[in-house]
Amino acid sequence: MKNVMGLLDLQRDEMMLQDLTKGRTIASLPFAGRYRIVDFPLSSMVNSGIRHVGVLLAEKSRSVLDHLRSGKDWGLARHYKGLIYLPPVRPEHDERGGDLRNLYQNLDFVINNNEEYVLLARAASIYNMDFRPVLRFHQNTGADVTMVMGRARHDDVCNGIVAEVAANGLIMDMATKPNIRKGEMRSLGVFLMKKDVFVDLIRRSFEHGGLDFRRDVVARLMDNQTVYAYEHTGFAGRICTMLAYYEMNLAMIQPAVWEEMFLREGAPVYTKVKDMPPVRYKEGARVNDSLVANGCEIYGEVQNSVLFRGVKVAPGAVIRNCVIMQGGVIQEGARLDCVVCDKSVKVTTGKELRGAPTYPLYIGKQAVI
Amino acid sequence: MKIDCLAMILAGGQGSRLGALTNNVAKPAVPFGGKYRIIDFPLSNCVHSGIERVGVLTQYRPFALHNYVSDGAAWDLDAHYGGVYILPPYARAKGADWYRGTADAIYQNLNFIELSNPDYVLILSGDHIYTMDYSKMLDTHKRNKAEATIGVIEVPWEEASRFGIMETDEGGRITKFVEKPPEPKSNLASMGIYIFSAPFLRRYLEADAKNPHSSHDFGNDLIPKMLADRARLFSYPFVGYWKDVGTIESLWQANMDFLAKRPPIDIDGHWNILSSNPPVPPQYIGPEARVEQSLLNEGAMIFGNVERSVISLGVRIAKGARVTNSVIMPYATIGEGAVVDHAILAPHAEVAPGARVQGQANSIAVIAEGETVLPESATAQQAG
Repeated sequence: MKNVMGLLDLQRDEMMLQDLTKGRTIASLPFAGRYRIVDFPLSSMVNSGIRHVGVLLAEKSRSVLDHLRSGKDWGLARHYKGLIYLPPVRPEHDERGGDLRNLYQNLDFVINNNEEYVLLARAASIYNMDFRPVLRFHQNTGADVTMVMGRARHDDVCNGIVAEVAANGLIMDMATKPNIRKGEMRSLGVFLMKKDVFVDLIRRSFEHGGLDFRRDVVARLMDNQTVYAYEHTGFAGRICTMLAYYEMNLAMIQPAVWEEMFLREGAPVYTKVKDMPPVRYKEGARVNDSLVANGCEIYGEVQNSVLFRGVKVAPGAVIRNCVIMQGGVIQEGARLDCVVCDKSVKVTTGKELRGAPTYPLYIGKQAVI
Repeated sequence: MKIDCLAMILAGGQGSRLGALTNNVAKPAVPFGGKYRIIDFPLSNCVHSGIERVGVLTQYRPFALHNYVSDGAAWDLDAHYGGVYILPPYARAKGADWYRGTADAIYQNLNFIELSNPDYVLILSGDHIYTMDYSKMLDTHKRNKAEATIGVIEVPWEEASRFGIMETDEGGRITKFVEKPPEPKSNLASMGIYIFSAPFLRRYLEADAKNPHSSHDFGNDLIPKMLADRARLFSYPFVGYWKDVGTIESLWQANMDFLAKRPPIDIDGHWNILSSNPPVPPQYIGPEARVEQSLLNEGAMIFGNVERSVISLGVRIAKGARVTNSVIMPYATIGEGAVVDHAILAPHAEVAPGARVQGQANSIAVIAEGETVLPESATAQQAG
């Protein structure tokens, strides 16, 4: 994959994630106990042999910069190539919105490098994927553009791109829909093409007034290009609503998914390293069916839940079907069911919080209940 | 560029009393506490004490240690003008020597000390579990205008004859040093932690190297010689948890100490123990698992019962297995229905389904790296 350049587009913002993306982009949303969404496409790139990744930043990118830093934790802090930041520049007197401009402004980065292919990934999907077969597929089919797709695991209210695909992978029709049915072939936001095809698409679209990559580039791909779908049959899912975020976190608790996502030979998911002690299980702790990250200290009961780093569960506290982000403190006798706690939430003694499996209760960052 | 204090960690020892645990690695590289290796403790102490340049002297089975310490990035010791330096024995134009003793190891690296150009040299060993602010010891050394300062700790009188014992005057100046005295007159034991003023150390190392009768050891040779010369030797009393983990039982006990209601060292505080953090997922605790009074690292997968045990990364404990009072090192696996009690499992050890590993508090069972315990051989081991 030395001849493939990675482009990681972190610009997309999911309105339907509500408060989860207040002050952060979807890319830096904490996931599965110790990760952020961006770790998944970036680790997949690195594990596939991509050694040159341009990161297209959104305007609110402090949290993602703090996470990726030099790229060292992904092995991308290099003298030659490695991780390059491509920040947005808003020219004076240009009121145009959209994510296409940042791609357009940074075309020089793509043009002036010697890789033959561009693999563009957007950070809204969770997968641990080997991109090498995608490249072989692309070369074999002779496609102009290959889109990585997967069958939707269930009905979803995410808006997304679905395609009708022939047996050989040729995309016959493609549409952007506001909700997706189980089993439909949906885009995982990964596009592979030759560099000159990419440059041409972005340039042509932006210079003709295009604003939005999905609307003005992808939706019109079929007009002039041969587009193939590479089907990723492993676990994948998109994070687009609070419910999807919640369900995807809990999905990681299944041992088979956990192994596929995190223990695939030669394909670990990298993330920013933090020095946290091992989990301390105290006398009386009852933990089942859960993912627990380092730094946690548990006296109480935890079931079917994901605990991020440094969560403290006091004696008599009961946590069921919850996602508790970093630094959460659940005090004596508090009971939580179907709750998503953002970072550093404190639930004081004896409080009861309850959401529903189809509508988790969200508690904002640093709230004290 | 002159620096204040250079630390030298003596990490070359085999630790033969750790038996099978040091078959493949030097003692400082032995895993500890579910996440750490023994050398994390002196390295983290250095970093938290503001010491930015550290030499690590290796000799016995150094690969794992070299690989682990690497460029020092895990301890933020990968700075341009500081950082960690791995110092194995080397060949010279006229022959080559192994490190023949603790003092000889430092002597052979005098050129490195010269290059670092420190005012003071801190000598540490890689076989103790403790947290200590070396900067306070250095302050004491400077205040006393000492030539050497030795870290000491009060040990129970009945154990004093197992240690190198210091006698001091009221000002902390060392008047006498006796290695393992049969009738100790003091209970201040040497911790094997020394601060020397650099030119003073150099003088004594050079003289010692020329002495054919010397065993080239700080405790046996250099300290007695310095005392005989009436050099300014002071003690620095340390108060806190300090545990030698040189034997199977003491290593096991130190691990168990961290499971107490109030662990002896706060591993989650401002003086946290820095360590390498491999890319492994959060631990998975299965539907029928039960985990209590234990320390578990990331990347572990638990379906069985774990009580009063320390579990490292990548460990798998199958359904119905019972692990109690044990230390399970990285990537060891324990099969369905197996029983492990009062044991240490070295990395990649395997206990087959239904097998039994049973030790006692005063006789911990050890399963070597990569070794497999089958149901029958476990019975044989019990008999033996």
